[in-house]
Amino acid sequence: MKKDRRDFLKVAGLAAIAGIGAPSAFNMLLKGEATASEQSAAAAGQGEAVAAPTGKRWGMVIDVRKFVANPNLPAKCVEACHTIHNVPNFGNPKDEIKWIWPDKFEAVFPDESHYKRHEALHSMPIMTLCNHCDKPPCVRACPTKATYRMKDGVVAMDYHRCIGCRFCMAACPYGARSFNWRDPRGKDENGNPFIKTVNPKFPTRMRGVVEKCNFCVERLALGQIPACVEATGTTGAMVFGDLNDPNSEVSKVLSANFTIQRKPSLGTYPSLFYII
Amino acid sequence: MYGKGRIIPALLIFLGLMTFPLWYNAGFAHQAPKPEKPAEYKECVRPTQEMRTSHMVMLNQWRDDILREDGARKGVTADGTEYVRSLQNGCMHCHANKKKFCDTCHTYTAVKPYCWDCHLEPKEAM
Repeated sequence: MKKDRRDFLKVAGLAAIAGIGAPSAFNMLLKGEATASEQSAAAAGQGEAVAAPTGKRWGMVIDVRKFVANPNLPAKCVEACHTIHNVPNFGNPKDEIKWIWPDKFEAVFPDESHYKRHEALHSMPIMTLCNHCDKPPCVRACPTKATYRMKDGVVAMDYHRCIGCRFCMAACPYGARSFNWRDPRGKDENGNPFIKTVNPKFPTRMRGVVEKCNFCVERLALGQIPACVEATGTTGAMVFGDLNDPNSEVSKVLSANFTIQRKPSLGTYPSLFYII
Repeated sequence: MYGKGRIIPALLIFLGLMTFPLWYNAGFAHQAPKPEKPAEYKECVRPTQEMRTSHMVMLNQWRDDILREDGARKGVTADGTEYVRSLQNGCMHCHANKKKFCDTCHTYTAVKPYCWDCHLEPKEAM
């Protein structure tokens, strides 16, 4: 059989294309099947309420009525949290670091926008902290996986990995993240340290990292409740527990009261519920 | 050889300067750092040699396990002593003096770990 150079190159080229193309085409077909089945599953669930994930999921109910009744309670919660976690106070709202803070109704619930809002809502101190979302946008935005969601629902941070890009701050719809523009270990111009009393059991942060509420994971691990909840004492202003345990106090409060969440339309599924 | 009157002495001077650290320190045994060990505890969480070579690896493992995998916060030594798997609350519980323990070797080997940018060293006994 006579084979000239031209024929040989044709055959070799075709063989090469087939060899390279076949596996990727095969993979594409396999993937196509997978997405089709996923899509049908998603379509089946459309229009229905999304089932809550099972397993332990920490959550919190904030009863704003109790905070209105005890006007000194918000400051007490903030103090308890910020002291335990060595949160610096830079004395400047631009650089402010906050894990938990009271805010105005219209700032916390911007979706509830209408002219005829009840008078009482205007002065309401609404405690605001990280919502520990089921679908946290900050976790999706983080390029280094410095922030992540634990199995029990806590959205946590590993400050060792934070590179300070602040994508998470842009992604968080609740403004729950703060950036350390200055060294938290430093002192102000009067020589007062930014961290007034240092808790030797908990680390500080360094300049250039983002920080936020950690739902007191370090306390939960020891069987304690979060510091803010502890600070509210017996008032019942904040109730903490496992949302998936029907017998937990949170579940009971949730089933007995009408609660609202922050920006539910975003589909982040927060773990925080408010009784107004 | 052309110019050997200058080249050979210059080479000798050059060699002498290059090997200066060697002959200057010859016969003078350098003291290996002696980190001060806690008096009241005899056993660490791992064998001494392992701690010497890979304590930093272990600290990273503790961190990832506890922060991400909800791992145990406490461990038990071979002799049954319970310890906290934490730099600040575990290691420094026994090795309470950072200067006399951590810093001795880290300074000797010119290592600058960034642990203490965030973690707090125990206050000196006051």
